[in-house]
Amino acid sequence: MSTKQILSPLPGIFYRKPSPDEPNYKNEGDTVAEGDVIGLVEVMKSFHEVKSDASGTLSAFLVENEGAVQAGQSLAEVDG
Amino acid sequence: MTIQKLLIANRGEIAVRIIRAARELGIRTVQVHSEADADSLAVKMADEAVNIGPAQVSKSYLNVDAILQAAKETGADAVHPGYGFFSENADFADAVVAAGMCFVGPSGDTIRLMGDKVAARKAAMAADVPTVPGSDGRIDDMIAARKVVEEIGFPVMIKAAAGGGGRGIRVVASLEEFDQQAPQASAEAKAAFGDGGLYIEKMIGRARHIEVQILGDGERVVHCHDRECSLQRRRQKVWEEAPSSSLRDDVRTDLCAAAVKLARAVNYSGAGTVEFLYDDETHEFYFIEMNTRIQVEHTVTEAITGIDLVREMLRIADGQPLRMSQEDIQVRGHAIEVRINAEDPAQNFMPFPGLVANLTLPGGPGVRFDGMIYPGYAIPPYYDSLLGKLIVWDTDREAAINRLHRALGELEIEGVKTTKPLFQALANDEDVRMGRVNTRWLELWLEKNAAKLQ
Repeated sequence: MSTKQILSPLPGIFYRKPSPDEPNYKNEGDTVAEGDVIGLVEVMKSFHEVKSDASGTLSAFLVENEGAVQAGQSLAEVDG
Repeated sequence: MTIQKLLIANRGEIAVRIIRAARELGIRTVQVHSEADADSLAVKMADEAVNIGPAQVSKSYLNVDAILQAAKETGADAVHPGYGFFSENADFADAVVAAGMCFVGPSGDTIRLMGDKVAARKAAMAADVPTVPGSDGRIDDMIAARKVVEEIGFPVMIKAAAGGGGRGIRVVASLEEFDQQAPQASAEAKAAFGDGGLYIEKMIGRARHIEVQILGDGERVVHCHDRECSLQRRRQKVWEEAPSSSLRDDVRTDLCAAAVKLARAVNYSGAGTVEFLYDDETHEFYFIEMNTRIQVEHTVTEAITGIDLVREMLRIADGQPLRMSQEDIQVRGHAIEVRINAEDPAQNFMPFPGLVANLTLPGGPGVRFDGMIYPGYAIPPYYDSLLGKLIVWDTDREAAINRLHRALGELEIEGVKTTKPLFQALANDEDVRMGRVNTRWLELWLEKNAAKLQ
């Protein structure tokens, strides 16, 4: 079993859900497949999907909803 | 001037613009900023700066309490809201006044009226200003709405009553699409603007976006002529001109008169812009909305009239009457502004926040650059991508386009990808040079040409 970090491709603000009144893309403990969207990063008012590059269990989110992130920063961990 | 100290409740290039105008009037400046903007040009230029919170907009630039606290601590007696953020937030305007300061803009009630796009439409109708055929007011139920939509004829625009600035708009081409999208539009509007109210407008096929700059002091209103902003990408303006090259003179007179009439009807105080759609085949124009703030493209109006609009805003806020009569305001020559954004036009305008390594700004007669960058500046990713505006003036439109091309050739922003290549290509484009454009033109052009932009 290994833990993979999902990194933010861009700097900006990280969102856990597609819009304020919808549920989170993924919650801690959920199964995740490679390519699943786990969040959005907003850069200069445009939104980019962050996809998991690993399959397994999403064990932890390292950044909270609306947290500021740098490019390359770890957003979540996937245990596979 | 009674205003002694102005707090700038904004950031980026407009904050720099406001600081310059205040400085010329002998007003001291306080720049509030987020942590991410501590190294911004506006912070460097202002007399004082106050950190009002972390990078997130909701925690800083939209944090009323932090802004008012900063004003209190620094003894500011006026607040300029810029554009975006709180500039069209009536509650913020009221809060500034309640805190004993001048709000540089119209009253909260005027902002409230014009911010509700349905109420604004009604105000326009009451002032005999032509409006786009559409629903009389908000669409209250889907049954009534369907009737309106069928009468108007497709395609139709569903618009958020609390929207504006190109946001909260959907186009539907059939009743089926309308049935499906209207509830979605309402939910989105509720989430984005706090108000799910919608209204309908007929989609004007080949429209030009024409707007009129006005200045009012609460009693008198003058207009500073028109601008054309038809070149838009995703409903955001990228290239603006003054005056419009497509308006027939008699239509121009009527359009500007209509704008003044609307502003007078609401006793407008401050700078504002009345926006219209213009059908250059039928020569009809239709009111779409009024923006009760300074606009990004105010610069082209300054170039052709010689009026410093931000200075006039400060004077009006100070309680001074308008210094000019309509006859005093003359148009000379032609001006064009292009918005230099930190986006890569060859990669579908992917945002490109980066480090500005080197900067060379164009110069010479009739060239102006209103920017927020300097060599060594790290562009924060949390805000919009506007780095600066390049504005050129010349004696006529053709000369202005040539000058724009020349100035763009001198502009170098190293380390960051920008939309400069887009404008170089547009300045060379036959349709643009002939003025053969409308509000859909640029999107179509981009479909064909974007990949060529380097």
